[in-house]
Amino acid sequence: MTAPLIIIGTGLAGYNLAKEFRKLDADRQIILVSQDDGRQYSKPLLSTGFSKGKDANGLAMNDAGAMADALNAQIRTHQTVTQINAEDRTVTLGEEVITYGDLVLAVGAEPIQLPIDGSEFAHHVNDLEDYDRFYTQVQGRRSVTVIGAGLVGTEYAHDLASAGFQVNLIAPEAQPLARLIPDVCGQALIPALQNLGVTLHLERGAKQILKNGEGYSVLLDDGSVVDSDIVLSAVGLAPRKAIAAAAGLKVGRAIEVDRLLKTSADHVYALGDCAAVEGLNLLYVLPLMASARALAKTLAGQPTPVSYGVMPVQVKTPSLPIVTCPPAADAAGQWVVTGVAPDLVARFEDSDGNLIGYALTGAGVAEKMALNKELPAMLA
Amino acid sequence: MADYKKWQCIVCGWIYDEEAGCPEEGLEPGTRWEDIPEDWLCPDCGVGKDDFEMIEI
Repeated sequence: MTAPLIIIGTGLAGYNLAKEFRKLDADRQIILVSQDDGRQYSKPLLSTGFSKGKDANGLAMNDAGAMADALNAQIRTHQTVTQINAEDRTVTLGEEVITYGDLVLAVGAEPIQLPIDGSEFAHHVNDLEDYDRFYTQVQGRRSVTVIGAGLVGTEYAHDLASAGFQVNLIAPEAQPLARLIPDVCGQALIPALQNLGVTLHLERGAKQILKNGEGYSVLLDDGSVVDSDIVLSAVGLAPRKAIAAAAGLKVGRAIEVDRLLKTSADHVYALGDCAAVEGLNLLYVLPLMASARALAKTLAGQPTPVSYGVMPVQVKTPSLPIVTCPPAADAAGQWVVTGVAPDLVARFEDSDGNLIGYALTGAGVAEKMALNKELPAMLA
Repeated sequence: MADYKKWQCIVCGWIYDEEAGCPEEGLEPGTRWEDIPEDWLCPDCGVGKDDFEMIEI
């Protein structure tokens, strides 16, 4: 009998891999291990929950029992794999040592902690249980301070303001989404956020968070103080790699895998936010789904390298729709922007005028499909 | 010809409106959900048709 397929993690990566694998192999034993309650939900929708009036139960799609039935899999909830032995092909789960045929790491990424005093007072929302805690805490409160204006921070600021909260948004950059879109597009988002009632504190760093009565004060590096009922920190994500590193697998910023999503050890794979495919660590759904489909085939006996086509990122800021395909961090070129704010088309072109990235805002997003056809694939 | 429906991707929230179709994706206005190929993928997040559910119009 083939030893089981063990998948660590029940986020989008773990569950979608199991689902794709089951389409190809109805029989092989699958064990999914979850640190939390194993409820199925879509992480990208967490930052849309407040404006839709959804609590954690409203965002959850299935519980672990329903997923176990649907996938014909064993789901171990509230359990943690403490050790991987790639030579013996075993994982240690509490007191138990289980032999795997193949092991998949779908452990995701975790929020980076602010390196400041009082950071323990800030919430993070990185999974459904975090969302549940945060959602419960803000009930009956009026104001939220969001630290960080990347994708997650900007989406939460927008979502919370749409739901009627007074929102402060603090970021060291001069405009939101500074690492994803050119300055002029980020500037176009500022009035859209202000119209929702968001107060922006840009080019400001948070120095300290203090308890202040029932609420909190965030001290900024210009000496000013921002008071609110709740503080939410969204200053970036770090791929989880400790368990892989401890097992001697090759890791860099993330767990390093090849195009078959195989780590440096045979029969050990990784996908999603925790994995860097040929050095590319993309924390988005589209590459994750492409990886799940390819890896399912590989695990079912048909080795299939993953290919990434064009991978646009939708920013969930409904009052000003934004789509971006950021150029690679080391790409040489320049932004060429047309249109009138807030309806902009920004093309990132190399020295020969070839399109190698784009950002679209407002009515500019209508150009998405045309630009997708013009862009080269990320991993052909 | 009324009775067009809208379908929403439960992973990313993208909406397919049968009445409007999605010409950029080669789906003419009026294309019914059941007439979209089974291997079609959500243009925003890449999930398959079975990950969509119908939402109220």
